[in-house]
Amino acid sequence: MPINTEYAGREYPATAPYAVGREKLREFAEVVGSTHPVHLDPEAARGSGYPDVVAPPTFAVVIAQRAEAQLVEDEAAGIDFTRVVHADERFTHHRPIVAGDQIVTVLHVDSIVERRGLSMVTTRCELAGLLPDGSTEPVATVVSTLAVRGEDA
Amino acid sequence: MTRPTFDSLAVGDEIGTREVVVDRARLVRYAGASGDFNPIHWNERFATEVGLPGVIAHGMFTMGAAVALVVDWAEDPGAVVDYQTRFSRPVPVPDPGSSTVVVAGTIGALDAEARTARVDLAVTYEGARVLMKSQAVVRL
Repeated sequence: MPINTEYAGREYPATAPYAVGREKLREFAEVVGSTHPVHLDPEAARGSGYPDVVAPPTFAVVIAQRAEAQLVEDEAAGIDFTRVVHADERFTHHRPIVAGDQIVTVLHVDSIVERRGLSMVTTRCELAGLLPDGSTEPVATVVSTLAVRGEDA
Repeated sequence: MTRPTFDSLAVGDEIGTREVVVDRARLVRYAGASGDFNPIHWNERFATEVGLPGVIAHGMFTMGAAVALVVDWAEDPGAVVDYQTRFSRPVPVPDPGSSTVVVAGTIGALDAEARTARVDLAVTYEGARVLMKSQAVVRL
């Protein structure tokens, strides 16, 4: 089934909150070899002015990918995951992600471009932190492009 | 190590290098830590069926491991305000054995107004670039 280009421009409702956990940050930091104490030790993090341990720069992908699943797991979108290659990724951090954050994410399908047997699907996740009064503040923007090979490519 | 100061930097300065050794066990750990369970990163049969030479590393693993060099140099993970890359070729990960990715960082640009430095990362496997336009913007 070909990619459904009508999905371009779509915006999804905000996800349920993702609770950023201290042990999850440690697990992620250790596996990518990001062993700075500010990722691992709450005292070190507080000493550097953070409320708790700080996420590595690419940790936001964990949250973004859950939101992106709304698109890639939607059969009607026509994204065959056996034909997908990750083309590029960008993180813009409006503030660091720290343990204790509650993050809600809005997924946007920014573009679907077809060229030479490839479909380039660009998504943008806007991650926002829930504040005690129920409002949100921008935390990170994650832009990801998938290249999907056509059936005869 | 001490935190670099903006005024001490010049375009072309090298921030260091590091080797990232990746084996199948690490990919399984990354899959669990990240929630990316695409079988091309742990299942040889599946990877070859979809036309790959074998199991390959998650591009996001390589991207995440590469920026650790920048975090350690900046002495502050919160200082990395922007980080982007293009995935230009996969890193095959054998079994048994491991693959070694080499990361080197250079100051690519300085923004005196924002007091940010752009670190350009050269990320290679067997001498070929696996990430392109891999750039981390660090606030100092």
